[in-house]
Amino acid sequence: MINPTEYVPKCYYPRVSTYWWVARWAYLKFILREVSSVFVAWIVVVTLLQIQALTRGPAEYEESQKWLASPLIVALNVISFLFLIFHTVTWFNLAPKAMVVRLRGKRLPAAAVAAPNYAVWVLLSAAVAWIVLRS
Amino acid sequence: MANRITLQIGRYHPEHDPEPWFESYEVPSRKEWVVLDALNYVKDHVDGSLTFRWSCRMGVCGSCGMMINGVPKLSCATFLSDCAPGPVRVEPLKNFAILRDLVVDTSDFLVKLAKARPWIIRKVEKPLDEEYFQTPEQVDAYKQFSMCINCMLCYAACPVYGLDPLFMGPAAIALAQRYNMDSRDEGAGERMDILSQHDGIWGCTFVGECTKACPKKVDPAGAIQQYKLTASIEWVKALVLPRGAT
Repeated sequence: MINPTEYVPKCYYPRVSTYWWVARWAYLKFILREVSSVFVAWIVVVTLLQIQALTRGPAEYEESQKWLASPLIVALNVISFLFLIFHTVTWFNLAPKAMVVRLRGKRLPAAAVAAPNYAVWVLLSAAVAWIVLRS
Repeated sequence: MANRITLQIGRYHPEHDPEPWFESYEVPSRKEWVVLDALNYVKDHVDGSLTFRWSCRMGVCGSCGMMINGVPKLSCATFLSDCAPGPVRVEPLKNFAILRDLVVDTSDFLVKLAKARPWIIRKVEKPLDEEYFQTPEQVDAYKQFSMCINCMLCYAACPVYGLDPLFMGPAAIALAQRYNMDSRDEGAGERMDILSQHDGIWGCTFVGECTKACPKKVDPAGAIQQYKLTASIEWVKALVLPRGAT
């Protein structure tokens, strides 16, 4: 039951600025990390469009290659690539926070948890590069 | 003449001021002084009406958290010499209602803390003459999270809490995790019901600033992400196993 005589102090409630995320580099980095998801989605869409063009025959595929070579799409893909790297690095660096891996009762250091992620990333990238560049 | 440094201190009197404002004070800057010493100097020698919380002066009680040059810090653990040449801007903790000067309203945090049930829950208590033994590994599992001093610096660092006051917040979830990880505790299910809601762990977007702000290296951001992992596994178990996760 609420006591009607209970003391309720007068307070000032500060408002959070719309631009709170530019106040500190750490907040801006967080927002950039969140935004990077949009670019990840874009790359997925581009890949799906390429696969679709491939299934529709050589002419359609040639057309899609021309579209990919247009300056606007190249610029967009370069930006997306940089965001993709940022997304991956920040994601791998955060992984040790969520995963507590113990070996003989002792928690593995963060670097030991993140390292296998980077190793798989490098291996897969090398495999893709080999497949694409061997011809 | 001794070195001096200027403090710009946030002032707010609920009966006179429509909003907070800053007042500047020049204080001696001694090598061994922390910001709290400078505030006490102002209180004792310049303006006795300046209001702020403090107690232990040694980073244990968690009372003297403030925004110092825009960063949440314990004023007893921030040396004036590290803020030289100044001015040093001292404000009340961000994301909380201001009661007066540097004093904020902690009620919201205390309500949320109680909701997280930060105590050992047992289905059946052992008799008083029996002990609960723990191996060093079992203590290690929760020790880091048990270092929390409820200073609320993590709440001031968390933009999610600033934007959504319903969010449970870093310290309350870290303390829930402290008891979940304790081998003596049997209350993880009860806590999961409360913390797996939207305003609990899923409200966290992993900004990570709570962990950086923590003066005791509790790593609340890590606690929340680990809790998310546990909650997801429990959800899958409940979906797949015929009798649920229990």
